[in-house]
Amino acid sequence: MSEKKQQVSRRQFLNYSLTGVGGFMAASMLAPMVRFAIDPVLQATGGEDMHAVVDVSEITEEPQRFDWTVEQVDAWYTSDVTHSAWVYKDEHDEIVALSPTCKHLGCAVNWAGNPDYPDQFFCPCHDGRYYKNGLNVPDTPPNAALDLFEYEVKDGTLYLGNVKENPVQEGGA
Amino acid sequence: MLQKIYDWIDDRVDITPLWRDIADHEVPEHVNPAHHFSAFVYCFGGLTFFVTVIQILSGMFLTMYYVPDIENAWRSVYYLQTEVAHGQIVRGMHHWGASVVIVMLFLHTLRVFFQGAYKKPRELNWMVGVLLFFVMLALGLTGYLLPWDNKAYFATVVTLEIAEGVPFIGEMAKTLLNGDPSIVGAQTLARFFAIHVFFLPAALFVLMAIHFIMIRKQGISGPL
Repeated sequence: MSEKKQQVSRRQFLNYSLTGVGGFMAASMLAPMVRFAIDPVLQATGGEDMHAVVDVSEITEEPQRFDWTVEQVDAWYTSDVTHSAWVYKDEHDEIVALSPTCKHLGCAVNWAGNPDYPDQFFCPCHDGRYYKNGLNVPDTPPNAALDLFEYEVKDGTLYLGNVKENPVQEGGA
Repeated sequence: MLQKIYDWIDDRVDITPLWRDIADHEVPEHVNPAHHFSAFVYCFGGLTFFVTVIQILSGMFLTMYYVPDIENAWRSVYYLQTEVAHGQIVRGMHHWGASVVIVMLFLHTLRVFFQGAYKKPRELNWMVGVLLFFVMLALGLTGYLLPWDNKAYFATVVTLEIAEGVPFIGEMAKTLLNGDPSIVGAQTLARFFAIHVFFLPAALFVLMAIHFIMIRKQGISGPL
């Protein structure tokens, strides 16, 4: 710094030590509280289990809505909640299970929900539309394709797990 | 950097006299433990305030998880204590702090009493102090019910019986506290929660402000 050796005066020394001790006390008081408050952000989100949804024989080429119930543990409150998926078989006989959650603002979409577009998913909130494979129709509010459920078939039953991003994004994103 | 921000603000709104008024004042020799070690007795008022600050902070954080509902109160307390990081510490601070603050308050009162520091012109501040003591006891009492376990429940039953024992208005006082003439339940818990986190702290802040303004106005009492 300067050419002169910096001297710490008694007053400065006292100031620094008091600020240090005070800061340490305040920090040790606040640290557990802050950690306590931000705990939800830091809790590990465990991967969702696969849940049995429907017999594979019931799945057609037309998207159908299937519901299943999951026991949801919300901190101290446990309840049964219902999830849904729109499920169909595509032209290659592959099962497609689409999340009903609109990518615009999270409303629930319906297959053929609008009589004017009988072969599209329709969101009643802001007239968002999606093609059968989940791709959002250009110039409607949503800006991404409907999410896909991870699925597996065991003993003729369809099991659904987490949702993941749909690979059929506009522009191949 | 900090100095620059401070100067920028001070330039415009002149905050220096504000904080100097609060923070910058002489500590008389007879109150300074560096001169007379026995002066540590003057710490208890400040310690009461310090613990009160801890109580306010830990209480604010606890309400992030606690719900005042008879179905969920105990479960939310159990959850925050066993599942949330440092929940045991934060609840522990509030739990033990509640006792410590009463102890400090009592020691502070003893000091003021035995030094005769309550005498003219400081009688008014003594009265405010007594009110503060009552508010603090009431905070302890209403907070005791909130975990909604057996100890809390039956302690509150007993408290309400005591309130009922007051001549003439006892029954009314009990119903007022309880929220119901006979059931100690949903309404009682909601009421105690509201009193504990809104009404009593509001009273506490007002009384503390008066207490501190008066001590600054009148100065600390002289040496024995």
